[in-house]
Amino acid sequence: MSARDPNVAVDLGAPPGPLAQSMPSTQSFSLGPITTFLEWFGDLGVFSWRVARAAVTPPFEFRELFRQLDEIGSMSLPLVAAAGAAIGAVLSLEARYSLTRFGAKSMLPAAIVYSVIHETGPIITGLIVSGRVGAGIGAELASMKVTEQIDAIEASAVNPYKLLAVTRILACILMLPLLTLAADFSGVLVGWITQVIAEPISLQQFIHSAFKGDTLNDFLPPTFKTAVFGLIIGLISCFQGMRTQGGAAGVGRAATSSVVLSSLFVILADVVLVKFIIIFFP
Amino acid sequence: MTPKEAEKDGRAAAISVIDLHKSFGVQKVLNGINLSVHRGETLAVLGRSGTGKSVLLRIIIGLQTPDSGAVRIHGEDIEGLDLDRLSTVRLKMGFSFQHSALYDSLTVEENVMFPLQHHCKEMTKSMQRDRVRQLLAEVGMEGHLDKMPSDISGGMQKRVGLARALALNPDILLLDEPTAGLDPISSSEIDDLILKLQTEHQMASIVVTHDLYSAKTIAGRLALIDQGNVVIEGSFAELQASDIEFVRQFLKHS
Repeated sequence: MSARDPNVAVDLGAPPGPLAQSMPSTQSFSLGPITTFLEWFGDLGVFSWRVARAAVTPPFEFRELFRQLDEIGSMSLPLVAAAGAAIGAVLSLEARYSLTRFGAKSMLPAAIVYSVIHETGPIITGLIVSGRVGAGIGAELASMKVTEQIDAIEASAVNPYKLLAVTRILACILMLPLLTLAADFSGVLVGWITQVIAEPISLQQFIHSAFKGDTLNDFLPPTFKTAVFGLIIGLISCFQGMRTQGGAAGVGRAATSSVVLSSLFVILADVVLVKFIIIFFP
Repeated sequence: MTPKEAEKDGRAAAISVIDLHKSFGVQKVLNGINLSVHRGETLAVLGRSGTGKSVLLRIIIGLQTPDSGAVRIHGEDIEGLDLDRLSTVRLKMGFSFQHSALYDSLTVEENVMFPLQHHCKEMTKSMQRDRVRQLLAEVGMEGHLDKMPSDISGGMQKRVGLARALALNPDILLLDEPTAGLDPISSSEIDDLILKLQTEHQMASIVVTHDLYSAKTIAGRLALIDQGNVVIEGSFAELQASDIEFVRQFLKHS
């Protein structure tokens, strides 16, 4: 909890510091939690605008982008795949029990695949990446900020929004759908294995039964909605990291708030996106 | 030398600080500072801790904005410049941070190569390497290319920070407490190094320090700041001859 404002459960971070001039410092006008909340959104808007401008103006930091793709994508893969596998196993066990009670055991493969691909795979991937990558980005950038490394980047006439924020946000946007596919794959695979243990069924039969009558519209939108999760995670984590103030405590707060806020916004975005998908991809 | 004196002198100052004001909340840090530095000249800015010396340097390079007043680099006012234009101005400036601010995920060599990689695309990788080696040799760090910043001492980090600041051949060098936290021998080595670099590169330099010995070694002109204003500006001899109470106290306790 913020020492600055004990009424705010999630520390929204101090106003941006010397990342220069660029971002407005509004700390002195803080009148309470509502003002702090509105200030945070205002600062986030300014930050987003600067990131968007940096993203479309050359030169592009491809080397750093590839490093971030590896850091955010490859390094998250084992955890995401393990979580997907656990979800697949649990869904298989739970759904088997429920569907058997209602005499719909033959629907089990479809229930597993539908649940994993439509909702649990994307949201679990979003939340896991929020935790792992959000904390990592928040802490790394916050640490760079308090040790003046971001100032050193600026002083070297390099745009820190372009080098640090754009690359991380783009990597999150590109990697989330791929990680979701990995979670979906391991979820479906382990769901099948769990079912095989209870009642033998070939993979071919399982897949055929699961995907019967489905089209790409059933699976692509839920997978690609995670690109929005990636945008949220990258943007909020970079924002929280780059506006940090106050030594080691500030770094800790930035890491925590990056995870909490990006998880919260991922969940909120999921609600909106599910409704959007239902309307536009019925 | 004040900006007006500089104008009279007929030379365009590399750095002009004009009536600079900066406050943090109710605390007034800079209260109408005027300074100017020409090419080949080193100005040491002295003062007690917390008197806004570092803030002054950060405003000069555009890392912080003043409440009022102006900073001109080679005659160009940096206030209100967008980040791209400010970056162009910054290419002419080297900044050595108080705590070195080396990138902790990069080696010594990569730290110094960082500005070259971003601004000297016409240089091949091997040319960049040669340039880095030359810079590190200038600061006596050529034997530590592959070390991480955490594996070298504070004095060595300062040297690497200096090499990085010099990477783009700046016209202006800003040094924030270059000897702070160092033992007397390391401090003296850094002073000698700054003098050597100053002689070789003929930059306009501002050195912020509270170390009077270091200031009189490396700078031809000293400016003493108190309560956000320049109390006295001149040579060390002129400071010694001053009868201003604060100046006498500062010299007595240094």
